[in-house]
Amino acid sequence: MAFIYALPGAVAEGLIWGLMAIGVYLSYKVLDIADLTVDGSVCTGACVCAVLLARGAPVWLCVIAAFFAGALAGVITGLLHTALGIPSILAGILTQLMLYSVNLYILGGRSLVAINPRASKLLVHMSNNLRSIVAMGIFVTATIIALWLFFYTEIGLTLKSTGDNPDMSRAQSVNVKFSQVLGLAISNGIVALAGSMLAQYKGSANINDGRGAIVIGLAAIFIGLSVSLKIKPNFVVSLIGVVGGGIVYYIVYSFVILLGLKTDYLKMLSAIIVAVFLAVPYLKREYFTRQRELHPNDTNARIGGGENA
Amino acid sequence: MLKITNLQKTFNPGTVNAKTALDGIDLHLKNGDFVTVIGSNGAGKSTLLNAIAGVWKPDFGTIEIDGIDVTQMPEYRRAKFLGRVFQDPMKGTAPDMEIAENLAIAARRGTKRRFVWGVRKEERVRYKKLLATLELGLEDRLSSKVGLLSGGQRQAITLLMATLNRPKLLLLDEHTAALDPKTAPKVLELTDQIVHKNKLTTLMITHNMKDAIAHGNRLIMMHEGRIVVDISGDEKKKLTVEQLLNLFTQASGGAVDDEMVLS
Repeated sequence: MAFIYALPGAVAEGLIWGLMAIGVYLSYKVLDIADLTVDGSVCTGACVCAVLLARGAPVWLCVIAAFFAGALAGVITGLLHTALGIPSILAGILTQLMLYSVNLYILGGRSLVAINPRASKLLVHMSNNLRSIVAMGIFVTATIIALWLFFYTEIGLTLKSTGDNPDMSRAQSVNVKFSQVLGLAISNGIVALAGSMLAQYKGSANINDGRGAIVIGLAAIFIGLSVSLKIKPNFVVSLIGVVGGGIVYYIVYSFVILLGLKTDYLKMLSAIIVAVFLAVPYLKREYFTRQRELHPNDTNARIGGGENA
Repeated sequence: MLKITNLQKTFNPGTVNAKTALDGIDLHLKNGDFVTVIGSNGAGKSTLLNAIAGVWKPDFGTIEIDGIDVTQMPEYRRAKFLGRVFQDPMKGTAPDMEIAENLAIAARRGTKRRFVWGVRKEERVRYKKLLATLELGLEDRLSSKVGLLSGGQRQAITLLMATLNRPKLLLLDEHTAALDPKTAPKVLELTDQIVHKNKLTTLMITHNMKDAIAHGNRLIMMHEGRIVVDISGDEKKKLTVEQLLNLFTQASGGAVDDEMVLS
């Protein structure tokens, strides 16, 4: 009974994290970059939203500002990687650390800024889960449609090809570095937008918001894709799957809390879930497949050539 | 057309692994030249093509394409002038994207990508016709992911992509070496057709001496980062594999490697 009572809240929060997971999907799956900026940019989105709301800004402005703040963080990571040659995973970690200071600055040195749900008109709040679910549903749907259209444009196609095959992309005059910066900007923009929703929903922005967000995002992606790839392996179905993965994650999360697990240990649980999903393809390949026969087209089976020192 | 002057490149300079890959290359291609490049492993053939394509910058020397100095131009920007097919069939196409999407990206090589529809309807009609000329049954699979195709099919598509937007120079880096014995001659024949139909200036690396003689109007042989043999016109038409081997033995001071004899 308590579980059913907790369900709407889990769905609402799951939709927020599902939206964030769409952002992670763009970097991790489309661009093929494991972008750790995310942990910081969720918080940046939350901080920007809370502080602007406290100053009396309308909620739509707060959400848009959060998006652009996140996009800027993505640009920083992108430039660290492309212009300064820092490996992408380290570039993300560096930006994430920078964002901790930035977020504290935004919060005015405090570790928490509360949002008064009576003073501001919010899009989502935990006091009204049904309304939150509808609002998030609209946001998620709009994001998926916008991205779906975007990836059919000339620029969108070059973003896809950059992640899929950078050598081919460069040979076809695609500016791979630009694509990566743009992709990371969009990705972190969406992540920060989700962060702004999170702050509204919880009624506060906390300096520790978003810690482990990348892991939650990856968990949502793996859970979602394990189902959606079996239905139809295309972009829209994958994104819907990812959002579904976020919801499933939060339903499981609330269920585990109801079972009495201390919330302190939930991050351990998330990390284990992701580790298992990451390990399964490797384990399958390494221990459960027979040696494949060499195919004439297999590049490993070929002798000679390729003399670049 | 292509003018390479005193091109030099050493990998890992100043270390025990230092290797002079290009040792002062001078090469001048005329419009419409189809040049085959042979040489043993480590002779610098791929390094030369990569230098032209801009994979890295040379230590010394200049590369001009149609009078434009491209030596310092980044790879993606000089791609405007170049069609490239790689040795590895997996390298020239994006596996998770549709055939039509791959072709559409190639059709926009050298143009500024905009915020408009990436594959237009009339393009699909054009791609269908072009794919039909490959005679690989791909014309009805425009929406298939390229990753589902065989190496030979992918290499044929890469060839189409390299020439879709007419390049000033076509660079073929042993593009049939990784294909099975049945597919390789087909792709090579296709190459000949496309090059002749579009009158493309072409540089083709091959390991196969017979192919090097049978195709193109000029043949160059590389050894230790230098061009040691350069034959064109009637002289090339009359060339035999034995003569070529002799030329190589002279040029390299007797070191013929097995691989060249076997192919």
